Amino acid sequence: MAVNGLFRVVAVALAALTLALPVLGGPFASTGFGISPYLANIIGQIATFALLAMALDLIWGFAGVLSLGHGLFFAMGGYLIAMHMLKAGYVQQGIVPDLMTFMGWTDLPSFWAFFESFPYALALILLLPGLVAFAYGWMSFRSRVSGVYFAIITQALTYVAMLLMFRNDTGFGGNNGMTGFSRLLGMPIGETSTAVWLATASTAATLAAFLLCGRLVASPFGRMLVAVRDDEARLRFLGYDPVWPKLAVWTLSGVLAAVAGALYVPQVGIINPRLLSPEVSIEIAVWVALGGRGTLSGAVIGAVVISALKFWLTGFAPDLWPFILSILVLVVVVGLPNGLTDLRLPCLTAMRRLRREP
Amino acid sequence: MNLESHGWQAIQVNGLRVTFGDFVAIPNLSFVASYGEIHAVIGPNGAGKTTLLDVVTGKTRPRAGTVLLDGRIDLCRLTEPQIALAGVGRKFQKPSVFEALSVHENLELALRLRPRSILSELRGWADPRRAARVAEVLAEIGLADRADDPAGVLAHGQKQWLEIGMLLMQRPKLLMLDEPVAGMTDAETAHTADLVRRLRAPDRAILAIEHDMAFVEEIADRVTVLHEGAPIFEGQMTDARADARVRDVYLGRH
Repeated sequence: MAVNGLFRVVAVALAALTLALPVLGGPFASTGFGISPYLANIIGQIATFALLAMALDLIWGFAGVLSLGHGLFFAMGGYLIAMHMLKAGYVQQGIVPDLMTFMGWTDLPSFWAFFESFPYALALILLLPGLVAFAYGWMSFRSRVSGVYFAIITQALTYVAMLLMFRNDTGFGGNNGMTGFSRLLGMPIGETSTAVWLATASTAATLAAFLLCGRLVASPFGRMLVAVRDDEARLRFLGYDPVWPKLAVWTLSGVLAAVAGALYVPQVGIINPRLLSPEVSIEIAVWVALGGRGTLSGAVIGAVVISALKFWLTGFAPDLWPFILSILVLVVVVGLPNGLTDLRLPCLTAMRRLRREP
Repeated sequence: MNLESHGWQAIQVNGLRVTFGDFVAIPNLSFVASYGEIHAVIGPNGAGKTTLLDVVTGKTRPRAGTVLLDGRIDLCRLTEPQIALAGVGRKFQKPSVFEALSVHENLELALRLRPRSILSELRGWADPRRAARVAEVLAEIGLADRADDPAGVLAHGQKQWLEIGMLLMQRPKLLMLDEPVAGMTDAETAHTADLVRRLRAPDRAILAIEHDMAFVEEIADRVTVLHEGAPIFEGQMTDARADARVRDVYLGRH
């Protein structure tokens, strides 16, 4: 199901990008076919969006559970890596984080302990969002909260997190968020080589997740997810408890979104609570809906196309963006219920016809 | 189970009372379905037929009464998946198959696999016995040539047979069919009657809810007529047609 032509094309494109970035962005950066650090940075950001979209597609496209709160997990990953970078800079280089200065603190709150250690931060990036996803999923799925109710609660949960993070006294930087990162794993943030390596790490992580999720959805477990989506009651009356497959894939989805966030924040150099706003989470769902649900490739393509369009447009007409996004959503809802993947068949037929009449 | 189980009680419903708020769907129902028999439950709309199936499968919890499988397992204490694993299979009124999966995959998914863990699902389905069982059921329901098609493209009747096939994969002790021939063509109805009759087995009880009296007459060994949640007749279909009360509340209207 997942291993079709399109899946291979996306996998090969991601692999090619991962191999090409360090070369074309490194020694060949200033040549005609090189990748400038600015472009590398944008490619890296878009790769994390693709990973985020894939995480949502796993739970929405395959198990039929719509989350309008994936920004929560994305932001959790982002905040955790930001805490690591600030704490490491403070401990190793004596750079005082802005949030200490603003609050007049002489030291960071106790929960910042050990954050200078990268393995510790990485473990939290994988565990904490997974734990939050598991706890919330367990409560919801066990009580059979599903469909639009589940989506609304995810949105509310993310909104609550945003309000909390906007408070200045929580120790997460309040409305200013966190910025002024100096180094990540010894690499100076903002330097050309770091931008290229972060972008490479992002495409590599996206590729790895793409292959992993592809294997997962093609396995019998993946078929069970589709069964959950198609008819959960039937599955229950066949002797399966759908809570567990849903919970497993929901937790995995949360962790993948957090990894995406942890790769995104060092590349943009800032995180603030606006990442938790409803618009961000809805835009993730728009990527997946536009690209086509339940294919993984569609999610990646949707995220890449829309974010690339956004980067390009906001360069000269930032005011137009909300309108264009709304029009795209309408086109999908009215004309392409399966997103851009609906265009595949007509395109293939047209290509075949062109080949026949040269 | 062996041949001697024929005629034994597969399911015993005792003093069942089901209410939805102030509405009493079933005031006090006792009912038995036996191994080796096809037992049809008929009655006007609102008689409590589907509610009875809902209680047996764990979808609805009764206010009072017990539902015993094999005279010892109280189904009211089990969850829906546990009831299914205990040997109760239910065919829903509207075809409930996994439309995005192939006919083959639908049947494979229905096969019992213990323990049913995520890990065992990930490990795969490469068991030759599984393939043999799927082939057997495919032949039984007459969908062998459609095995690789997505279930969503099947005709209405074929979906119903596939769903019955999914239940057969589980070798249920009690097979419950909720209006299996509703919306079917005459040819499909005849095929379904044939299929259901072939499913009769000494170690299986079949409980069918149906409005199609010709179909009931063709398949049922025994008929219970429900009216307002209470049985008003039990016996042969031919006798039911002759019964004054049954004619009055139900059959007379046809």
